[in-house]
Amino acid sequence: MAVSSITQSKLYGLFTACGLAWTILVACIIHNFGFIWYIALTDGMVSAILLAAACWLINNNLRYYQPGKGSYINLLIWCLALAGICTAGCRWIIPYLTSSNVYMNFLSQSLSIRFFTDFMAIGWMAMISMLWYSQLDHKETEKRKSEAERLARDAELYNLRQQLQPHFLFNSLNSINALIGFKPDEARKMIHQLSDFLRGTLKKDDQLLVPLSDELQHLNLYLDIEKVRFGHRLDTEISCDKHCGEAVLPSMLLQPIVENAIKFGLYDTTEKVTVSLRAEMEGSSLVVMVQNPYDPQTSRPKGTGFGLRGVQRRLYLLFARNDLMETHANDNIFTTIIKIPQV
Amino acid sequence: MKRALVIDDEPLARMVVLEYLQAFSDQIEVIQECNDGFEGLKAIQQHQPDLVFLDVQMPKINGFEMLELVEQQPAVIFTTAFDEYAIKAFEAHAVDYLLKPFSKDRFNKAIEKYLAQAPAGKQQAKQTEDLLEAVAQSPAQHERIVVKTGTKVKIIPVHDVQYLQADDDYVSVFTQEGSYLKNKTMNFFEQTLDPRYFVRVHRSYMVAIQQITRIDPYEKDSHLAILKSGAKIPVSKTGYVKLKQVLGI
Repeated sequence: MAVSSITQSKLYGLFTACGLAWTILVACIIHNFGFIWYIALTDGMVSAILLAAACWLINNNLRYYQPGKGSYINLLIWCLALAGICTAGCRWIIPYLTSSNVYMNFLSQSLSIRFFTDFMAIGWMAMISMLWYSQLDHKETEKRKSEAERLARDAELYNLRQQLQPHFLFNSLNSINALIGFKPDEARKMIHQLSDFLRGTLKKDDQLLVPLSDELQHLNLYLDIEKVRFGHRLDTEISCDKHCGEAVLPSMLLQPIVENAIKFGLYDTTEKVTVSLRAEMEGSSLVVMVQNPYDPQTSRPKGTGFGLRGVQRRLYLLFARNDLMETHANDNIFTTIIKIPQV
Repeated sequence: MKRALVIDDEPLARMVVLEYLQAFSDQIEVIQECNDGFEGLKAIQQHQPDLVFLDVQMPKINGFEMLELVEQQPAVIFTTAFDEYAIKAFEAHAVDYLLKPFSKDRFNKAIEKYLAQAPAGKQQAKQTEDLLEAVAQSPAQHERIVVKTGTKVKIIPVHDVQYLQADDDYVSVFTQEGSYLKNKTMNFFEQTLDPRYFVRVHRSYMVAIQQITRIDPYEKDSHLAILKSGAKIPVSKTGYVKLKQVLGI
């Protein structure tokens, strides 16, 4: 997490400061009992270093392992054991550094109080670490949750808008309005195409698998309408091997891909645009490739848009595979390829 | 006789306007039809029309972006099918607009309104400018900056911008390929560019934070941001605070 990496250095600083304070505190207490500063400081340093090591250990443990409800007793045992090790460490290390008999005596007498303070300090550390890491964990889950919710909301909104397709609808009506004046027959034809297309969209069930030939028929209605609007610059090429007409695919899956290709092609260039669709069988999969021209200078490279992401998501939900859609962009041509396994 | 242009990328949509305009053939003459914003811009500069019928959604640059590049704003009647944001902006700035498909009655009203207020051309130009300012805030406009270099139109994707520098009444937009002048203010860009990616680090500078490689202390209270391109951008005291906020340090 970015936040913790920034505060990390601050935490280390705080930790070191606490260690220093601990050293000084212990040294002062021992000096007050009448020992010279050398002995007092040595003792302070040794016990502070041991305690710091124990604290670091317990903190690190808790970072990767959050105890469950029943295992607090384990944590208590850990704290007790670490406090014991710290105390024993003082008992065995300090004699190597000083040789005063009076002090040795004092050391063995103070072991119980040392054990107790060490236990308290380690216990504190364990508690703080636990709270800290569980809070981080909590934040992370919260973030993931809100992300997932946002995605779901976006998808829902997009679907709603997609059903309405207001832009397409109003522009088509405007074209009909123009045709009525001087080509009433064509206007009538376009009204029929538009109603057939809308009826097709309304009755489609997202979950259903339909034959490619049906899907292409529906797509052609859409393309014919777009050609009335943009006939002077829109060309489409659809090629489909004979036997893949019977191959099945999720209904309305091609629609957003072709829509995306047309939008991309028409609004990203000012020249004539050819959108091509090719369907073929590859082993036991139906492969559909859609190509459109685009301008790499002005298009965002990530420009897959929600339409294509929705397609990928649907393929994933239906087939539990993430590799069924790919996009390429080169030589001013944008290519979308989808594979539909035939069961 | 008023001279008019019809700019729309759909021939049938232009035809509706032409057909409806026949009723006004003694007052308004269509001098040219244009397929897109580039043709439109050229025609406006060449003919200086009195009135422009302008579609919003068009290839490459939309109607608003085209108008931004025009120096002398003509009177504009917008035509659009569906664009919530644009419609709000039209209403707010009392610029006339026609929602496709529009009726002959509605069209006539727009023309009559135009003819009635035609002498007050200056006021309309101001309205159009205010409108452009307003639509520039729409999310769709945040992704690119459209500029004119000589007679050519250049579209700069926002992620290509390294930094912006105030230059009298203009702002220079710096990219890898060079710099381009845009007749807008720094405040305008501060309002339109995504604040997560662009920070006003100085009264005269805005910088793309992705481009910053390091920030060095400079004179008292000020810093220098060093960009990937090697450019050194002054960072003021308040700019430094903002920068730290965005970078989260």
